[in-house]
Amino acid sequence: MTTTDSPQRPARPGDHAERAPARRRRRGTTERGFNRVFRWIATGAGAFILATLAAVALFLLIRAWPALTASEDELSDAVGRIPEGTSLLEFVGPLIFGTLLAALLALALAMPVAMGIGLFISHYAPPRLAQVLGYLVDLLAAIPSVVYGLWGFLVLAPVLKPFWFWLGENLGWFPLFAGQVSATGKVLATVSVVLAVMILPIITAVSREVFLQTPKLHEEAALALGATRWEVIRVAVLPFGRSGVMSAAMLGLGRALGETMAVLMIISPGFLVYSLEILAAARHNTIAAFIALDFAEASGLGVNALIATGLALFLITMAVNMTARAIVARRKDFSGAN
Amino acid sequence: MVGALALSLAACGSDPGADPSGEGSESGTGLSGELSGGGASSQESAMEAWRAGFQSQNPDVTVNYDPTGSGTGRENFISGAFPFIGSDAALDDEEMAAAEEQCGSDVIEYPGYISPVAVAFNLEGIDSVNMDPETIAGVFKGDITKWNDEAIAAHNEGVDLPDLDITVVHRSDPSGTTENFVEYMSTVVPDVWDFEVEDVWPIDGQESAQGTSGVVSTVTAGEGTIGYADASQIGELGTVAVGVGDEFVEYSPEAAAAVVSESPRVEGTADSVWAYELARDIPGTYPIVLVSYHIACATYEDQETADLVKGLYSYILSDEGQAQGTESAGSAPVAEELRTEYMTAVESISAAG
Repeated sequence: MTTTDSPQRPARPGDHAERAPARRRRRGTTERGFNRVFRWIATGAGAFILATLAAVALFLLIRAWPALTASEDELSDAVGRIPEGTSLLEFVGPLIFGTLLAALLALALAMPVAMGIGLFISHYAPPRLAQVLGYLVDLLAAIPSVVYGLWGFLVLAPVLKPFWFWLGENLGWFPLFAGQVSATGKVLATVSVVLAVMILPIITAVSREVFLQTPKLHEEAALALGATRWEVIRVAVLPFGRSGVMSAAMLGLGRALGETMAVLMIISPGFLVYSLEILAAARHNTIAAFIALDFAEASGLGVNALIATGLALFLITMAVNMTARAIVARRKDFSGAN
Repeated sequence: MVGALALSLAACGSDPGADPSGEGSESGTGLSGELSGGGASSQESAMEAWRAGFQSQNPDVTVNYDPTGSGTGRENFISGAFPFIGSDAALDDEEMAAAEEQCGSDVIEYPGYISPVAVAFNLEGIDSVNMDPETIAGVFKGDITKWNDEAIAAHNEGVDLPDLDITVVHRSDPSGTTENFVEYMSTVVPDVWDFEVEDVWPIDGQESAQGTSGVVSTVTAGEGTIGYADASQIGELGTVAVGVGDEFVEYSPEAAAAVVSESPRVEGTADSVWAYELARDIPGTYPIVLVSYHIACATYEDQETADLVKGLYSYILSDEGQAQGTESAGSAPVAEELRTEYMTAVESISAAG
């Protein structure tokens, strides 16, 4: 979000350059006094974010350290799930894999739908319907994740089960749908569907705003050249919005990576396996769900091991965000925004 | 219900002017203050009932029970954060030493919450199936995969078992229920169930769900599913009558309580510690039980905490408390003679110095 705003930032002071000195002269010293206070408040808020981030990183490192340095024997004694002769990395690896797989699948499912809704609202729907629809999509974001979890576990899993069986029978040659299909539907595929619904609002909201900002001149120019509405979207709207949609996707991915409750309630977790079989039971788990699952009964080194997996998640999320920033920053120059 | 109402009325009646002569009324223990403990989540619903009952007898008392899980509960007891806890496992030697140091005295520990763990399944039209321990272990291990398998059919003449896959559903989170269930299998049929006993399920690749309610809903939603859960929570599901010796026993609170009273006590502990090595093969008892301990210090630093813990634990062990636990949480009443023993320990709780 901030990256899409940044090009406008230098422009703003310029706009007000002529008016600002006049106002300052009229109001006198009180304004200057508050200016200074507000400057400190804003700086403080900025510093606060850095301090919080540093505190979390420090906490993760310090509390994870005993687990990172413990021997394999100590680890398998302290954590029931880690069998003998397994290193922390061998245990965390599949969790990282599961986390990424679930989030990416969710993103793949959510992106087309979210962009479709965004385009419908910005370019197809009558204004009043667009407003109502936008409001409804935002409402999806207000549903707590534990409710999504309950819904996914009690309603969606049984409903999707026959469909998963059908996929397994007919498209079983495809690596994702291979393996024995679960009899309960509590699998990663169901988790991905729920995650997709959960990240839909944020992606829709951001891409809708981006699409709405397409310069009217571009669209009208395309229309003047004889473009249909779809062609307008293809040549004017989508290229303009590309970097914005990218950052929307990354926001969604961030949420999907960290989602805990919904995953925890739906999945039949599996450990120590790397598997693409998203229809099979007990093949995957995500880091956040694993931490929530085991924390209640963990003690001593077990807690440290959980925090070490949390550290892994922290690093992944940071890496994803930085990559996203890099992509957005590079694409910005080529988009129609400037 | 009427009893509780009468008691609370009596308590109200004696409250305003009762300070000097409070001894006369049955509920005028004069207790007041706040007590916060926690631990095993298995005890939560029973503790909820006991809390409510104890508070209605003593209107000035507030008791909190935070179901943090047994592990966290034990940690908090050792650190002194919780003056009393519930735990699905007894304190091990190391924890016991640390706890005694924190208390500055002996620790009181006894199985205050006993609950049968039912093996529940979902088969249309079938309410009960007989299984001997070998069969149960075989099913949960994944060796027996069909409901009409010879091993199951042999003990169930006249029951129309369907030709259906068995889907095992276990607890995904670490749990005392899992630990008790696998301990049962590894004690009785170690040849079949050759896994280590831990609070997490040892087999990979089976279905699972979080928490008792998760397992029960998953079993209920499936077909041919089988799982294990606290017997008070299984709802309409069919249950397995477990083979003990030559007979098959359906679960009941009484049959479960009998296991504890007939099992040998772990030796070499302090007098006030009753930990048990559960015997799983006594005929007539229901052998799959969840035993959850009540743990407290023998002495506390301040009088108020000592009085409150003593009051709460005495209430739980009283006739009324036991009835309350059975009624609202399906916990098995502790056998009479054991209750008297535990009570002497609880009565001795006092303030240090």
